[in-house]
Amino acid sequence: MQPTMADDVFFEASGKVSTEATIYVHKGQFTNQDYRTNFSLAVEPEFYWDWNGQQDSLTFKPLFRKDQRDDARTHADIRELNWVHLNDDWELRTGISSVFWGVTEFQNLVDVINQKDAVEGLNKEHKLGQPMINLSLVKDWGIVDVYVLPGFREQTSAGTNGRLRASAVVDASTTTYEASNSSKHTDVAVRWAHFFDVYDIGIHWYKGTNRTPLLTAVRSNGQTVLSAHYQAIEQIGLDLQATVDSWLWKGELIHQTNPLEDFWASQLGTEYTFYGLQDSATDLGVLFEYGKDQRGTRANAFMQNDFGVGARLDLNNTQSTSLFAGVIYDLDFHTTSASIAGSQRLGEDRKLSLEAQVFASENSSDPAAIFAKDDYIKLTLDSYF
Amino acid sequence: MIKHLTTGLIAGVVIATTSGFTFAGAAEDKGLAIAKQIKVRDEGWIDMTASMNMVLRNKNGQESVREIRMKVLEVADDGDKSLSIFDRPKDVKGTAFLSFSHTAGADDQWLYLPALKRVKRIASRNKSGPFMGSEFSFEDLASFEIAKYSYKFIKEEACSIGTCFVVEQYPTDKNSGYTKRIVWVDKAEYRMLKTAFYDRKNSLLKTLNAEDFQQYKGKFWRPNAMKMVNHQSKKSTDLTWNSYQFGNGLSLADFNQNTLKRIR
Repeated sequence: MQPTMADDVFFEASGKVSTEATIYVHKGQFTNQDYRTNFSLAVEPEFYWDWNGQQDSLTFKPLFRKDQRDDARTHADIRELNWVHLNDDWELRTGISSVFWGVTEFQNLVDVINQKDAVEGLNKEHKLGQPMINLSLVKDWGIVDVYVLPGFREQTSAGTNGRLRASAVVDASTTTYEASNSSKHTDVAVRWAHFFDVYDIGIHWYKGTNRTPLLTAVRSNGQTVLSAHYQAIEQIGLDLQATVDSWLWKGELIHQTNPLEDFWASQLGTEYTFYGLQDSATDLGVLFEYGKDQRGTRANAFMQNDFGVGARLDLNNTQSTSLFAGVIYDLDFHTTSASIAGSQRLGEDRKLSLEAQVFASENSSDPAAIFAKDDYIKLTLDSYF
Repeated sequence: MIKHLTTGLIAGVVIATTSGFTFAGAAEDKGLAIAKQIKVRDEGWIDMTASMNMVLRNKNGQESVREIRMKVLEVADDGDKSLSIFDRPKDVKGTAFLSFSHTAGADDQWLYLPALKRVKRIASRNKSGPFMGSEFSFEDLASFEIAKYSYKFIKEEACSIGTCFVVEQYPTDKNSGYTKRIVWVDKAEYRMLKTAFYDRKNSLLKTLNAEDFQQYKGKFWRPNAMKMVNHQSKKSTDLTWNSYQFGNGLSLADFNQNTLKRIR
């Protein structure tokens, strides 16, 4: 399966095709949202080569999506085009890739490297490929990653015919940057990660363009649109997890300095798992998290003073049936959103996922009120090849 | 009269108990000695790579396949370090599992989820749960460590390859899914040929048969097939080992979060 000779090149192609159907409970509250169903198809192949006795590898993973309604959601991206070179105690990763930092479930304050591919879904896991040079050093005292990030990706957002957006759409031609050379600004980051006994710890420093934009309504060509402004920021952060018996204790903390202010934000939580429920194979995990942003209601954060509770059910059966249900309550705006996500393998090579989201935002001052009519159920069938 | 009888009965019980203990003591010593011999005969393999194929069958005979590759490093005076890479089913392809097992205390375990590029430290408390929906639990696949059980030698009897010691093993970990295991160990080479697993209610739950043993490096015996049958659910899992290789020159550097993320 793997090359036996050092000069052999190993190649492998795999990937998936995703068919998606979304049913909205209501027609949308804004213009051009006069529909309740939407279909979409995505293809995500992955090509992998390695050579030089696996000291070198190249991964190419593009994404293509066609959406029935939203032209902004019909898009392509290079998720990964990454050459990795290994040496004894370091590795160099050059190209386009994606990086995850963090430990908590409802949001990851410390996860700053990649831009969100927000048109893919509300889920925080959808990210645009980020150009980077990443040197990773493996030492006895931990792993140090140094990142140079040339080129900035703007957050994607729903188009005129899309759902889950504000009354106005984001117009990329009105985007402004703090940094003088705009999207060509090169960002830098360093992270140290290690574990001691039951503790896993990560500390990072990031200097560059904020991935989360500040959105303001402006007039452009006689229409009201949203203009994204990307600040230059400097941030330090900490993520910590203690894994003790059936308990996970998690925390993420950041301190950010931007041209307007400097502030702290944190996400703290715990998760307890009941293994082998009633002598079955089923595991039930219950989790609780609280997110706090020092900027309060002005924060462009997902959980500025919110708590979330969740339950995770894993049947540990042949089909890997699992279900997650979560509720987030905003203590400032007194609004609630609830979500359910479940998945199950069908046969050997297919997986069916269900996602449902309910927004209960009676309070129109909550930024989430724009989603008040966007409750939905989404079914996705992934076919792997 | 009644008093005498009672005293006599108690004396009888005490004698019976004491003699029972004496007998159990010897049986425990012999059980432990066999366990130590199993362990000693399997020391010094340094590192190993292998791939496993699992065929899961439900009671209607429907099959589902798992493919996993493993790299394992022997650690002196502690548990092994291992890296498992999942190839099938395809929806979990690229998922990898890093485990630092310890002879005492909880193991350190991390899971890499390729779709999210996320490394998650996971609780190692879940010993009794099924491995990838199969009839093997995590503890069934863990390395054999002396401290994990207390022992009792039962008897010798004829088995598929010669004569076997029959030994009862009682898990010391309260999180084990079993009250006991009965193992059949062959007298000639101390290979565990058969294991019967008893659930928390002390009923026979599963039987594992290890077959087709092959010797590597002139010392280490490994089965090519491990067949697990669940008597209660009527499900079964056939595990086939392929391409065992010992002495690959693996080191600690092959077992960290970076290798977990890039392993193929």
